[in-house]
Amino acid sequence: MLFAEIKFLVGKEVMLELKQKYVLNGILLYLVSTVFVTYLAFDNAITPETWNSLFWIILLFVAVNGISKSFLQESAARHLYYYTIASPQAVVLAKIIYNLFLMAVLSLLAFGFFLLLMGNLVVNIPLFLLTLVLGSLGLSSVLTMVAAIASRASHNFSLMAILSFPIVLPLLATLMKVSKSALNNMDWSGLTGFLVILLTINGAVIALAYLLFPYLWKD
Amino acid sequence: MIKRDWWKFLSGLLLLYAICFGFFVGIPDTMIHETMRNLFFHVGMWFGMFSMLITGFIYSLRYLRKFDETEDLVAVEAVNVGLMFGFLGIFTGMIWANFTWGSPWVKDPKLNGAAVGLFIYLAYMILRGSIDDVHKRAKVSAVYNIFAFFLWIVFVLVMPRLAGDSIHPGKDSPPVLPMHLEPSMRVVFYPAMLGWILLGVWIMNIRVRIRKIQRNIEY
Repeated sequence: MLFAEIKFLVGKEVMLELKQKYVLNGILLYLVSTVFVTYLAFDNAITPETWNSLFWIILLFVAVNGISKSFLQESAARHLYYYTIASPQAVVLAKIIYNLFLMAVLSLLAFGFFLLLMGNLVVNIPLFLLTLVLGSLGLSSVLTMVAAIASRASHNFSLMAILSFPIVLPLLATLMKVSKSALNNMDWSGLTGFLVILLTINGAVIALAYLLFPYLWKD
Repeated sequence: MIKRDWWKFLSGLLLLYAICFGFFVGIPDTMIHETMRNLFFHVGMWFGMFSMLITGFIYSLRYLRKFDETEDLVAVEAVNVGLMFGFLGIFTGMIWANFTWGSPWVKDPKLNGAAVGLFIYLAYMILRGSIDDVHKRAKVSAVYNIFAFFLWIVFVLVMPRLAGDSIHPGKDSPPVLPMHLEPSMRVVFYPAMLGWILLGVWIMNIRVRIRKIQRNIEY
């Protein structure tokens, strides 16, 4: 039942995105132009450390921009309609899954542009791709929840940034640690702890979203 | 009065004892000399903040179970007092750090955790300010508080241990208890910690009562 609802709602999200293509195109342009600006600004100053920091900071801003619209695209009346026909858990899980796809695509694109403009500094590509997947999942679940909170308040755009940046830091710091290791060597040892932390954060955030979202949904 | 308010007297007595004997008690001669006495005050701020933020978390959970407005008042005031302790902890820490490490702020996971905690809870206050409806404010901020508290705990308690590059003491012991303390200092340390926590509860108690009176005047 829940699964069928989620499947349907994810399909709805995709349709909504395709109907309003300018939103998606806007995020893509934002991503590309940010990478280009940093490429020009950091002319000849790209070391593996700066590569890593820039990549995750850009991805964070893109994620905040891309996900903050999650609960603002549709009118309150439409939300009321979903409220009557779908369970809140299905709504939030569908948004997280859709944003996971969005973030996975955006992070791969960001990686591609980094390769194109700043050269490949990643030594351990499988580990880096694993970080991207875990990072997409983490960013989408944390930021979807924050977007849901911020959408309940007024002036929610600046609110989205101040609520999400400190909250997302534990995740981002761990991601940067792991991906830094992917930039430096092929070594997988010593990373188990960090990968466990990433999985724990992701699992717990999704569980919290599942439990807490119904309270945000109901007025 | 004494039957109900004995703990307030206890708090005053314990802190008086800590302030007097904190400056007399014999301390081991280490590299940081007499500044070690800051332990009774700086760590006390941390204990106070932690107990207040846990109180806020518990009352947010309780609010979501019963939707009693008083629980929300306790949650917000607990966070307020926690923030006060947090700022005082950072200031006392800066004085100490300036002496021990030569600069008021050093790059360290523990210090960053404390700063991020302040950002998270200042954002909580901004979130509350941006919602006008009382019930909606209570509900949305309770959800944020629970969500943020969990991620903050990961950041301050798990990450510094995993990263293993903290120069701040207290890494090998349980979260905040300095296990390798001289017996002579323990005699002052434990009562002082209890005193600070009780002081926090007392301030919170007064502020909640003020809020209740204000609420009754408004209606």
